This record gives sequence, structure tokens and C-alpha cells, in this order.
Amino acid sequence: MYAFDYTRPASVADAVAALRSAEDGKLLAGGMTLLATMKQRLAQPSHLIDLRAVPGLSGIARDGATLTIGATTTHAAVADSGEVRAAIPALAHLASQIGDAQVRNCGTIGGSVANDDPTADYPAAVLGLGATVVTDRRRIAADDYFQGLFETALEEDEVITAVSFPVPARAGYAKFPNPASRYAVVGVFVAAVGGAVRVAVTGAGQSGVFRVAAMEQALAASFTPEAIADIAVPAGGLNGDIHASAEYRAHLVGVMARRAVAAAIG
Amino acid sequence: MTLTVSMTVNGKAVSRDVEPRTLLVHLLREHLGLTGTHVGCDTSQCGACVVHVDGRSVKSCTMLAAQADGASVTTIEGLAAADGTLHPMQEAFRNNHGLQCGFCTPGMVMSAVDLVRTNPDPSEHEVRTWLEGNICRCTGYHNIVKAVLEAARTMRQPAAAE
Amino acid sequence: MTTDGIGAPLRRKEDYRFLTGRGNYTDDINRPGQAYAVFVRSPIAHGRIRSVDTADAAAVPGVLTVLTGADVAADGLGGLICGWMIHSKDGSAMKAGAHPVLAQDKVRYVGDHVALVVAETQAAARDAAELVAVGYDELPAVADTAGARGASSAVHDEIADNTCYQWELGDQAATDAAFAGAAHVTTLDLVNNRLIPNAIEPRAAIGDYDRGSDSFTLYTTSQNPHVHRLVLSAFVGIAPEHKLRVVAPDVGGGFGSKIFIYAEETACLWASKRVGRPVKWTADRSESFLADAHGRDHVTRAELAIGADGRFLALRAHTTANLGAYLSTFSSCVPTYLYAPLLSGQYKIPAIHAAVDGVYTTTAPVDAYRGAGRPEATYVVERLVEVAARELKMDPAELRRRNFVQPADYPYQTPVIMTYDCGDYEASLDKALDLADYAGFAARRADAAARGKRRGIGFSAYIEACGIAPSAAVGSLGAGVGLWESGSIRFTPTGTVVVHTGSHSHGQGHETTFAQLIASHLGVEPGNVEVVHGDTAQTPFGMGTYGSRSLAVGGSALVKAADKIVAKGRKIAAHLMEAAEADIAFADGKFTVAGTDKEKSIQEIAFAAYVPHNFPGDLEPGLEETAFYDPVNFTFPAGTQICEVEVDPDTGVVEIVNFVAVDDFGVVVNPMIVEGQVHGGIAQGVGQALCENAVYDTGSGQLVTGSYMDYRMPRADDLPSFKVGLTVTPNPSNPLGVKGCGEAGAIAAPAAVMNAVTDAIGQEIQMPATAERVWRALAAAPMAAE
Repeated sequence: MYAFDYTRPASVADAVAALRSAEDGKLLAGGMTLLATMKQRLAQPSHLIDLRAVPGLSGIARDGATLTIGATTTHAAVADSGEVRAAIPALAHLASQIGDAQVRNCGTIGGSVANDDPTADYPAAVLGLGATVVTDRRRIAADDYFQGLFETALEEDEVITAVSFPVPARAGYAKFPNPASRYAVVGVFVAAVGGAVRVAVTGAGQSGVFRVAAMEQALAASFTPEAIADIAVPAGGLNGDIHASAEYRAHLVGVMARRAVAAAIG
Repeated sequence: MTLTVSMTVNGKAVSRDVEPRTLLVHLLREHLGLTGTHVGCDTSQCGACVVHVDGRSVKSCTMLAAQADGASVTTIEGLAAADGTLHPMQEAFRNNHGLQCGFCTPGMVMSAVDLVRTNPDPSEHEVRTWLEGNICRCTGYHNIVKAVLEAARTMRQPAAAE
Repeated sequence: MTTDGIGAPLRRKEDYRFLTGRGNYTDDINRPGQAYAVFVRSPIAHGRIRSVDTADAAAVPGVLTVLTGADVAADGLGGLICGWMIHSKDGSAMKAGAHPVLAQDKVRYVGDHVALVVAETQAAARDAAELVAVGYDELPAVADTAGARGASSAVHDEIADNTCYQWELGDQAATDAAFAGAAHVTTLDLVNNRLIPNAIEPRAAIGDYDRGSDSFTLYTTSQNPHVHRLVLSAFVGIAPEHKLRVVAPDVGGGFGSKIFIYAEETACLWASKRVGRPVKWTADRSESFLADAHGRDHVTRAELAIGADGRFLALRAHTTANLGAYLSTFSSCVPTYLYAPLLSGQYKIPAIHAAVDGVYTTTAPVDAYRGAGRPEATYVVERLVEVAARELKMDPAELRRRNFVQPADYPYQTPVIMTYDCGDYEASLDKALDLADYAGFAARRADAAARGKRRGIGFSAYIEACGIAPSAAVGSLGAGVGLWESGSIRFTPTGTVVVHTGSHSHGQGHETTFAQLIASHLGVEPGNVEVVHGDTAQTPFGMGTYGSRSLAVGGSALVKAADKIVAKGRKIAAHLMEAAEADIAFADGKFTVAGTDKEKSIQEIAFAAYVPHNFPGDLEPGLEETAFYDPVNFTFPAGTQICEVEVDPDTGVVEIVNFVAVDDFGVVVNPMIVEGQVHGGIAQGVGQALCENAVYDTGSGQLVTGSYMDYRMPRADDLPSFKVGLTVTPNPSNPLGVKGCGEAGAIAAPAAVMNAVTDAIGQEIQMPATAERVWRALAAAPMAAE
């Protein structure tokens, strides 16, 4: 790891100020991606701004049809939360599939959503549920938030404070994990929410998480695995690597989508 | 830049001046001489470095010492009783030959203790799934899984096990 | 059987320290004044070094020195060696490219050692290492095993065809004749995938030069510290052997990868004298991936000739074996003498011919990894036999049974060197069939089909040659060393026992098994026996631990030493009890005089030996004996594994649903430890079959699988619990009747798993049987519905 300076602000405003004043500051939440990247000397931030002393960033609250999860809430907290399990069991299930137990004890939803790794799990839920990313200054709809590989609508000095999920009528998540890294080779989140059906795919796309309109239409007509059995996702635009070619990923999108639907109606 | 980090490690208050880039595992191994916590990889996957921070298992190779400032840390050295009596998880690993070279063992034991904390009666499948973050190259996991299941039984019924 | 004698599952003596964080691994050791080393490694697969500029690195605060290949040459440091001479079939000696400690003119794989930075802290050394500017003229990578001989680029300039040797074994004419007359020939093209050993403790070293005594100490992760010392002294020329001490403390797994003498520990020793400070290096895992010796990496065309009666007539194999960029310490023998002599398997095969081309590539050196040659041989034989059974529409168990070497055949001379001395292959097969409920398989397969899964079953009836001895045999085959073992037993005056062994434990539990063995032989408590290993200053010269040899060879040496202790004790007892030596009997720790009730415990004898107030002049004081043991034959553990898998046709994911291993290891000292060895071996074999694959990009020569993010290690949730069983035919070739158990699991499992997978999907695929490969095979040729 290269050397850096470390600060631990006590408020979101102080964190924003620290980001603005640093030459190349990075927010540190759970650190599961950032520290791993820095250990490989693939990133060299000048400052790490640790959010863990900022009050009010962690926690889970349900308000009617909305479930709001604070940015520094860990994956383990989401997976184990009775509130989440009751409102959106698919989201608790997704959180329980991230990394391993120790990653889940440290990694946070805000960190995952801010980083927007194309093989991370949370982007599938955020996009698949049509969630809202809440920052220190605005609310960003999921459809506007994800903008490509590690690219989001966040400003350089913007801090995610929470993610708000609409409680769906039903939802499911199915993941084909990379057998080595345990990231998603393909993860598909399906939800019937707000009178519509959304299908979001992580792990597979060259430009990060994406929706599958053809599946959404078919599932809106009939929310069953059979309804999407013949819908193929083209391999063009999908990732290919030693773990899975684009063709195989395309195939897995179909399989995982059907399994996600089955889980949702299960 | 130098930071002062203070925390409780195995029940003792400690304080050290470190560079911000000092990882918790390096604080433990190099500054505190607690070499029971091991480093087996550099991508946060092998789990040889697992310790407890405020009661939860974490990979100490992917946590800055600064992030543990003010926390209570337990390492493998702090798991057995003060008189040297093994924790039920340690005893079960010994009794079931759940270790061979011993290198992954501290992390494996610390991870398994956290499993039983969150799930006192795990199935074999749940044990295997939980341990995906701990790599062992010696045992094929067979006896580790046996040990964790036995320890969970013991820990559920501490009186009956005497 | 007593509760702690031979055959008892004694809990391990070493466990308390490991379970409480009190182990003492190399990286746990810190020497006063220690500095830290970081290596500058080649980022390219192949190139000429145009320049090395160390000025910026040397200017980093805290840097003590930056050493390069020029410094190695200036100091006259010898190169790293390969200790086994192989001759090609034309009689010529193998072509060994020079292997300098730091690269001199060329780099030959990604990770090759170019320079060494020594600094006050590890962080400073790493910061500085990034500033060493190396200019390369890049050359084409040679990363493809099968294509290496025809590559346009030579890894070593003087070896134009990248061929180290073209070796053969067996009677080619007889084999070809048998094939010509065969009723059936089964042919397979097999890739034995390249593996990275991945002991969880990364390699580490501390070189510590003491100017006062002009001597060196090396603390390192070694499976064989005496061999390390020998090579570092005699070939690299670090110091005379008596001025060099090698300590291998607790070692966190080896699996072969810590046998070898590498550049890193060599450079740390050398640098410690140059900077006058202890120099410590600890690999990070990324370095381990790049620079530990890898394993396997064979490409083979294999054929089995079968008569009309289902009896095997002949086997032939042509293998291209990737040796990597340089010959590692024992690499040359792995795809030759540790491979082809096992091609007879458990079977009577009248004619066998093997041809092996050992090739250089721009990849990390390849050397012994758990099983070393024998997994590759077993994979060839057991895949051939299983596929032959399918082609002949025979039950695979029955085809094996028909061709087994039978108990009455021993000693059985194969056509490929080995003389099998004992075994009962049908006994282990039958027990495995029983444990696996083979009779119920058809019903389980039907049930799986009803659930939409494809179920398959596969066998692997393996044999291996362990012990890697006797010396006369290995010497005649080209080994540069003897392969005996040493042991010494020292009684203290108070009657406790210290055992020194030349073998080394890095997970195998020698501190327990050897204590159990000696306690049983000498009638003392295992708790009163301390086993010392891993320090050249303490233990007699020994050859170390690999090849499942420690109990068969090292244990036998200790038993010989114990016999000497008893012989000496008998003299002392005769003196003390005023009896004739011939009348002294020894049993259960007591010397007795025949026909009397006189007795002395061995502890009393030990005390007298050190307080010899009235010993006669011809009776030496002391009770300490050393023995060296050179076996009369290899040992031949054998057994049967049966693997059952279910394949999800939607995804191609393979799940192992049942795994049975029945082994004949001869006499078993500690069944708990033996079972643990089997479990671990199976996991590595399953890893090879389903998970692990070291992939170099054939264009760039970059290691694509350079971390646990891409190299798939078997995890707890990839494996089932295993069903293991034992059969016993005592080994007639050593005094203990033991054979060795360390590698069997890894040797047999790849064939068992792949036989099951190919049974499930109805077609051939190569290892590892990843989900995508299985899915593609099914997509290309879907099986008819059952």
C-alpha cells in the first residue's frame, strides 16, 4: 500500500469538506474493495476519509412502502435484519450471498453502490427494485444512477447517505458466483414493484448492471419462469473471461432469471 | 503522517503510533508481537488473518489499524481461558484432527466461533457455506466441519459437556 | 492395541501451540537488526535485459542496498541446480539451462528475479523496488506446452528446440506388436492441467550472517533443511556446509513446493553478509503464484490395447511435459522416473512403452507437487481403463478385476522398472464398492434424472510408489543424492526421550506419530517423547519429507535406532542385574532376567547409563543411538476411490455427492492422522479435476490466474464429507510394515472425478471440469433423455 493521510470526520459535512480539500481523497466505509485495491498498489489516494464516526449513516428503517438502509450498514446487518427479511426477503438473500462472512461483517451497501463494480451484487437489487440513492444533496433514481463500469452519477465530492428501496409485491435474486472470487458471474434480480416488473442483471454486462426489457414485458404478462424460457440475451456486450465466456454468461442470464422468478413466487 | 491508535486487544488496553497504511494484522503481528494471526494471501480471501473486532469476525489484512481504533479485538491468543484451557472450538479442532500444518487454523477457529455466535445449531451445509472465506489446503475441510459441528453442540450445552 | 500405541488415534502433540497462536513459523521470527528484502520481478515473459538502473531505488530513504545479476556474477555465486540427471533415448544428457540467482542476461518468465532491494522496512523496500528501472528487449513468449518444441523462440539460447530431453521407458517394439494384434484399442488425448501448490503459509526466509563466527543461519520454509544446506553450500557456494545452519521451524504446508532450493532464500543469505544485517523476505500470495514451483502440466496421447478376452495387452503413452523456464531442484525426474514406472497401475500389462519430451517454456518452473508424476500416471491408466470399459460395454469394476495383479503374483515385476511387493487390489475394490453402495447406483441415477440432474460414477484404482528410495535404485536412475533417512534417540538421565529425525513435519503430525512409534517400541509414555526436526544444527543429516516417505523411511530409521537403544540397554541391564546379556529380555519398557523376577525399567537403565559409577571398562556410558535406514524397495500403497457426481445440465455445475476412498497403506500407526492425510489429498485431487487451473496467456505469457480471485482453490462448500476405509497388507520391505499415505488422495482423485463427470455427461472433456466446459459439452451433444 502506498502511504496516505487518514481522517475521520464526525459529520457528513466534514466528510464533504475533507473530500474537497484532498488532492485525491477517497471515502472509506467497509474498505472491502478500496483497501484490497490499495494493497495491490492499484490505487494511490492521497487521503482516506473514514466514515465510521459519522453518526446516522448506519441503520435500517421501514416507512410504509419504503425500506431505507443507511449507507454504512453492513451486508451482514442487511442479511440478518428482520425488517429486511419481512419487507424484501430477496434483498436479505442477496446480502447473504456477498463475498464471505467476514466481508459481510465489514462491507457496506453505500460502499458497494458507490463503487459500482460490474460484478457486485447490490447494483442488481438497486436497479431491479428501482431504488433511490440518497446523497448529502439529492436523491438519484437507480435508472439514472448507474452509468457504466465503476461509473455513477455521483459528483466527486458527493456522499451517499442511504439507499431507499420500494417494497415490492415480490422479488427474487439468483446468482451464479465466480467460483474463485465469489463475485457474480451473473446475478439477476427480478421484482414486481409499483405495478411493473423489473429485471436487472449484474456480473455479465461490459457496461455494468443492466435491465432486460424483453424479460420485463414477458413477466408483466405472466410472472412465471416459463414466460421467459425462450428469451435469449445476446452475448454481444457481455463480459468474457477465463471463468465464463460471453456466450455462457448469456445463457446463465436466462437460467438465473428463471431461478430468480421461481424464488420470487416460491 | 503518524496516527495514535488505541484499542483493547485480548482484554488489554494497547496504544501505538503507526502509519495510516498500517493494517490491523500488521499492528497485531509486528507492533504487538501477536503472531498467531497469519497472512496467507493479499486478496482478502484465505481467511488466515481472521480476528474478532467488537465480537464479529473480520479479515485483519483488509482493515486498517485506524479502523479498529477504540474497538475491542480478540485474536487466537485471546480465545483460550487464562489458565490455558482451550475454548470449546479449539478443543473440538484438536479432538477431531481439524488441523494439520496449523497455518489456517487461527483464522478458521475465529471464523467458526463467529458462526456459532450467529447460528448456534448450524447444519453441515451451513458450516461449509460459512467457511467459504477460509481456505485450508491440508484437511480437505472434512475434519474441520466435524469439529465445528461438535463445538456447536458443546457450546449449546456447556453444562452437559462437563 | 493400547490407547496410545501403534494403531491408536492419538490426539496430536503439536496441536495446542497451533490452536492457541503459539506456532513458530518463519515469518513469526524476527532477528535483532533485521532488514527486509523485496524482489524486483520480471513483468514480461521473455526478454533480454538491456539495462538495470538502481539509482532511484537506492536513493529511497531506508534502502540499504539494491543487488542485481551483475552483483551475483561479481561475487561468483553459483547457480541453482537440478539434482537428477535424465538421459534422452539417444543417450545424450539432458540440456539444463543456467539458472542464476538473479537474472543475468535474460528474463524467462513473469516473476523471474531481476533485482533485490534491502531496506529498513518492508514498505520502504517495496517503494524502492518500484523505482528500479529495467530495460527489456522483449522476445516472444513460449507458454504453450504442446507447442514449445516447435516454437520460434528459444527460452535458453543454446537449446534451440526448447527440449530438455526426449526420454523413453519400456519395450517399444513389443508394445507396438501387442497393439497390432489387439482386439480393441482405447485412445485418449489427455491434458493434465497445471496446478499451483498453494500451501497456505507463503514461502519466507531470513538470512542471518554472523561475522563473529563467519557462519550463516537460514530460517526458511523448507521440507528438507539438510538438502537446502547441501545445495546452498556445495553448488551455490554460500559457505562451507559446517558454517551454514538451516532452520525450518513450523512450516505451514508444503505439498512439494517447499522441497526446492529457490532464488529467494539464497539471495537473503547472500545479502545478509553484504549488508551485515539479517535479511528477511516473506512472499505475498501474488509472488507465490508467480514464483513457487508449479505442478503437473502434461499433454498426453495414451492408448490401451485389449484382447478379445478383456485382458490388457499393452499400454503406450507419449507425453509432453512442461518443465517451465528453468529446471527446478528435482523437476527432471517428475515426468520421467516418478511417472512412467507407474503406468502399469494395479494391472498385469505385458508391454508398456512411454515416451516423454521435457520442454522449456517461459513459465514458472514446474516440479514435484503432491503425488509428483504418480497422479499423472494414474490419470492416464485409470481414464484409459474406464473409457475402455465403456467402449467394451463392460462394468468398469469387472474390467479392473479381470486385469488386477493377484496376491499370488508377488513379487510382481512390471515391464516398467517396478517390482510390486504386496497388495490385495480386489480387497480394496470390494470394500469401496460396498462403501459406495455401487449396487444402488442405478436407482440413484434414475432418481437424479427425475430431478433433472445427470448423475455419474467413476472409479480410480490407483497404485503409487512411495518412499522415493532405495538409494541404489534412484542412483542408477540418475538421482544426485541418496534417499535413505536418519534418526536418533536420546534418553535423558531422568528417563525421558528426545527423538531427532532427518525428516520434516509441515502438517503431517510427526511429533505425534513418531512419538507414538518410539514410545511403543521402547515402552515409554508418548508424552515423554519429544520429536525434534527441522534444524541442521540439531538433527542428523537427513533427506527430508516428500514422496510419502517419512514413516516408511524415517520411521524405519528410528526403529533401527530404537533397536540399538534396546541392545545397549540390554548390556547395561546385564551388568546391573549381574546376568548374562543373552538372558536379558526386553518388553513393555522393562529389562528382565529370564527365569527370575529381576527387572529394571528402561528409565532406570537410562539413569544408570548417565551415572555409571561402577560400569566395567568395556561398557560405554550414555544411552543415545543413531541409525540410518536405506530401504530395499519403494513402497506401493494402492486402493480404490469411487466418486459420484450430479451435474446440473442448466448450468454445467458439477456437485460431488459421494466420495469413497479405500486405501491399503500397510500397517497404520495413527489412523486419525492417516485419514486426515487422505481427506486432504482427495481435496487437492478434486481441486485439480473441478477447480484449479494455472493459465498462462499464450500470447503474452502473463499468468492469468495470479491470485485467489482467479485461481479457484477448493473451499469447504465445494466438497462433501468423505467416506474412507482401510485394507491392510503389511509391507514386507520395511521393519514397520508401513507404506505411506500422504499422496494417495491426490494421486487417485482426479481420475475418479473425471470418470464420474464423463459418465454423467456422456462425453470426454479435459480437466478442470468447469461449469462452462460441462455446459458446452452438453450443449454440443445433449444426451438422450434417460
